[in-house]
Amino acid sequence: MAGPMEQFKIEKEADLFEIAGQTVSWTNSSFWMVVSVVLIIGFFVLTMRGKLIPGRMQSMGELSYEFIANMVRDTVGPEAMRFMPYVFAIFFFILFANLIGMNPYAFTTTSHLAVTAALAIFTILIVMVAGIVKNGLGWFKIFAPSGLPLPMYIIIIPIEIISFLSRPVTLAVRLFANMVAGHVLLKLFAIFAAFLLAKGGITSVGVILPVVGTLGIVALEFLVAALQAFVFAILTCVYLNDVYHVGHH
Amino acid sequence: MEEAARYIGAGLAGTALIGAGVGIGSIFSKYLEGALRNPSAAASQQTNLLLGFALCEATGLFGFVLAMIILFV
Repeated sequence: MAGPMEQFKIEKEADLFEIAGQTVSWTNSSFWMVVSVVLIIGFFVLTMRGKLIPGRMQSMGELSYEFIANMVRDTVGPEAMRFMPYVFAIFFFILFANLIGMNPYAFTTTSHLAVTAALAIFTILIVMVAGIVKNGLGWFKIFAPSGLPLPMYIIIIPIEIISFLSRPVTLAVRLFANMVAGHVLLKLFAIFAAFLLAKGGITSVGVILPVVGTLGIVALEFLVAALQAFVFAILTCVYLNDVYHVGHH
Repeated sequence: MEEAARYIGAGLAGTALIGAGVGIGSIFSKYLEGALRNPSAAASQQTNLLLGFALCEATGLFGFVLAMIILFV
């Protein structure tokens, strides 16, 4: 029987080209990434009929726009609306990738640290570059909060720098760990059910327990899939705060 | 010997979930406490509730993933 970690195996399907001795290949991970992007584009193509009185489909599109726009406005402020497309894209990519991963036989692209780390590093680079472009070198004041006695800065500045540098790490590992843990748990319960059934006799009556457990975990996993996309998006907004509010940190 | 040590290590890594469980319980209990005292402010804090829940759960899951890596990789 397949172990619980086998569902995360990346299979190479074709070699594309080479860069600096490394082969770039087309894998099942890239296939499911393309599937989620196509689904997102399809969703918004279906919902973008610009009628004055929105129908059902159009209100879905408008609700999702309003949701992210309000998130950016509430956590950072109206001046950050130029970053709203980025937050929007990252939220929907993670949401669709997580939800697609919940389907049987589908591959969860966000269950790989490489994918989530790329998203997290991109987020933190945007914060750094936009902060330096907007505030110049004054942006580095976020590492030194104002209004402290002078000796405190010896301790505070290293702490602030470490906490800033740990942001991409926790951002990436949080999403990755949630997806891996949920799928492993699902697989473990399913394996246990199959194991009980294979035993036969009176033990196979007990199969009802892991099946009910699996049902509960599936429901929890759908919640976690949406929640983690939301958390990633809102933490991106919180980090974008550092671009606009350098002074009061 | 090495096999046994691996299982012990995985079990120890799983204890990280104790803290996460306590934390999630504390978040929801405090939220309910506050929501019952001031129900009109409860709806506006649901975002923070879910954010706290997700942040708290993640710390325990780091330990769980570590246990899985020790066991299966």
